[in-house]
Amino acid sequence: MAYEIILATTMAITVLFALSLNIITGFCGQVSLGHAAFYGLGAYTGAMLTKAGWPLIAALPPAAVVAGSVGFVVGLASLRVRHDFLAITTMGVAFLFVGLVRKQEWLGGEIGISGIPAAQFGRPGLLVLSIICAALFAALAVYIKRSWMGFAFDSIANDEDTARVLGIDVPRFKLWAFVIGTSGAGIAGALYAHHVRYIGPDSFGFVESVTVLAMVIIGGVGSVWAVALAAAVLSVLPLWFQFVSDYKLLIYGLLVFGVMRFSPDGIAGAVKRLLNRRS
Amino acid sequence: MSALLSVSEVTVKFGGVVAVEDVSLDIGLGELVGVIGPNGAGKTTLMRVITGLVKPFNGTVALDGQDITNWATDKRIRSGLALGQQIVKPLTAFTLLENVALAAGCQRMASPLQALIQTKRHKELARAHEFLDMVGIKSASDAYPSEVPLGYLKCLELARALALEPRLILLDEPLAGLNQAEATEMADLILSLVNETRSILLIEHNLREVIRICPKLYVQDQGRYLDFGPTSKVMANPKVRTAYLGEAKA
Repeated sequence: MAYEIILATTMAITVLFALSLNIITGFCGQVSLGHAAFYGLGAYTGAMLTKAGWPLIAALPPAAVVAGSVGFVVGLASLRVRHDFLAITTMGVAFLFVGLVRKQEWLGGEIGISGIPAAQFGRPGLLVLSIICAALFAALAVYIKRSWMGFAFDSIANDEDTARVLGIDVPRFKLWAFVIGTSGAGIAGALYAHHVRYIGPDSFGFVESVTVLAMVIIGGVGSVWAVALAAAVLSVLPLWFQFVSDYKLLIYGLLVFGVMRFSPDGIAGAVKRLLNRRS
Repeated sequence: MSALLSVSEVTVKFGGVVAVEDVSLDIGLGELVGVIGPNGAGKTTLMRVITGLVKPFNGTVALDGQDITNWATDKRIRSGLALGQQIVKPLTAFTLLENVALAAGCQRMASPLQALIQTKRHKELARAHEFLDMVGIKSASDAYPSEVPLGYLKCLELARALALEPRLILLDEPLAGLNQAEATEMADLILSLVNETRSILLIEHNLREVIRICPKLYVQDQGRYLDFGPTSKVMANPKVRTAYLGEAKA
C-alpha cells in the first residue's frame, strides 16, 4: 500500500506541475523551457521553511509567492522576445537557477538539502494534500479557460498582434499567465520536496523542464484533462517499468515526435477528431 | 467644437527615411474621410501612428481632445478607435462568430483581473451575430477563417471593428483584392456604417469607389500633406492629379 501511495503522490504532484506549465504554454502560447526552475524555487523555499519549523501547509503559500515573483520577472522577458527566442531565454533561466543554487552554501550547494521533515500528517496525508492542490489547480485552469481571461489568452496564443488591435492588453495578460503558472509550479515543488525529502540542484535541471513540456505537448497544449492524463501516466511509467526509467528521454522524445507527426494537438486533438468522426 | 481625431504636425522617420512629414489632419464625428495618395505616400504609416503601432518622431495625436500619443494600442482601441487591416488578420483558431465576440467583449478584458472574474459570453455572442448579419456573412458564423473566401474575411475585419463599438474606424484598403462588383458592395456597406456617432477614415487605392462614397478627401504624397477638403475640390487640384499621373509633357 505504501508503494501505491508513493506512486499516487508522484502522479498528483506531476499533474499539478504540468498543469501549471499548461497555463503559460498551453493557454497563453508562451513556450517555456525553464519551468523546472520554478518547481525548484518552490521546493527550496518549502524545504527551507519546514526545516525552520514551519508546517508544510504554511510553507506552500510562500513557495508560490517566491516562484511567482521570479516568474513575474521572467514574464517581463516574454514582453521583449517571442517564439524561439523566448524558448532560449527561458532555457537560460533553467541553467541560471541550477548554476546559482550550486554555488549557494546556505542552500546546500552541490549536495542539496537532505533531512527535509516528513509532512506532519504522514504519507497518506501528503497524498491527500497533493491531490487537493492538483484538483484545485485543475479547477482554476478550467475556470480560467471559461472566463474572459481564457478567451484573451487564446487570442494571444493565436496571434498577439491581432489581439492587441482588438483592445487586449497583451503584456499584462502574458505576465498574469507567467505568475499563475509559476506559482502553481512553486506549490508543486514544495510538495515534491516533502515527498522525496531530499532535493539537489540536479533535481530541477533542463531535463526536468523538457520532461514537463513533453507532457504538455503529448496531452495537447491548452487541454486541461488531456495534460493531466498525460502527466499522470508519464510520471509513473518510469516507476512501473525499469526500461522506461533507463531510456526516459529517448522514450519521451519518441512520444513527442510521434505526437507532432500524427496529432500535433496531442491526445486531446486525437480524441476530439475521433468523437467528431463518430457523431 | 473640437475634432473627434486630431493629428497635429506628425513626423515619422524610419532610420534616415522620412515616411511622414509634418502632417496634420482633423476628423469630426459622423464624417467619412478618404485618404488617398500614390504607393509609398505614407498613408498606412499615418494610420499606424493613429493606432499607436508606430511611434511618431514628432507631433501629437488626440482623440476627443485628449492627447493619446503615448497610449498603447489596446488602450486606444478601448477608448473608441478600431482598425481594419490591409492584410486580413483573423484569429485562425476561432470561428468567425468567436472572432467578433472577442472584439465585442474588449471592455470586459480591460484588465486581467476584470477578465478573470467574468465568464458570461452570451451577450457578446448575440452582439457578434448582429454584426455578422450587418456585414452580410451571418451564414458563415460557425465557419473557421480558413474555410471562407477573402471577401468574407474582409467583411469579418469590418464586423470585428464594429464590435469594438468605436467612434472612429480606420480602414486600410478594405477593397484590395476584391473584384469590382464586390468592391462596390463593400464600399456601399462602408458608407452605410457612418452615422452621427461613428466616423470612418478610409485608406483606399480604388479611386472610383473612394470618390463615389467619400464626401471628403485627404491626399498625401511622399509623406507630405497635399490637400484636404471636399472631394470635388480636392480632385480638381492640379497637384493631386500630378501626384497620381505625373507631370504633363509639353
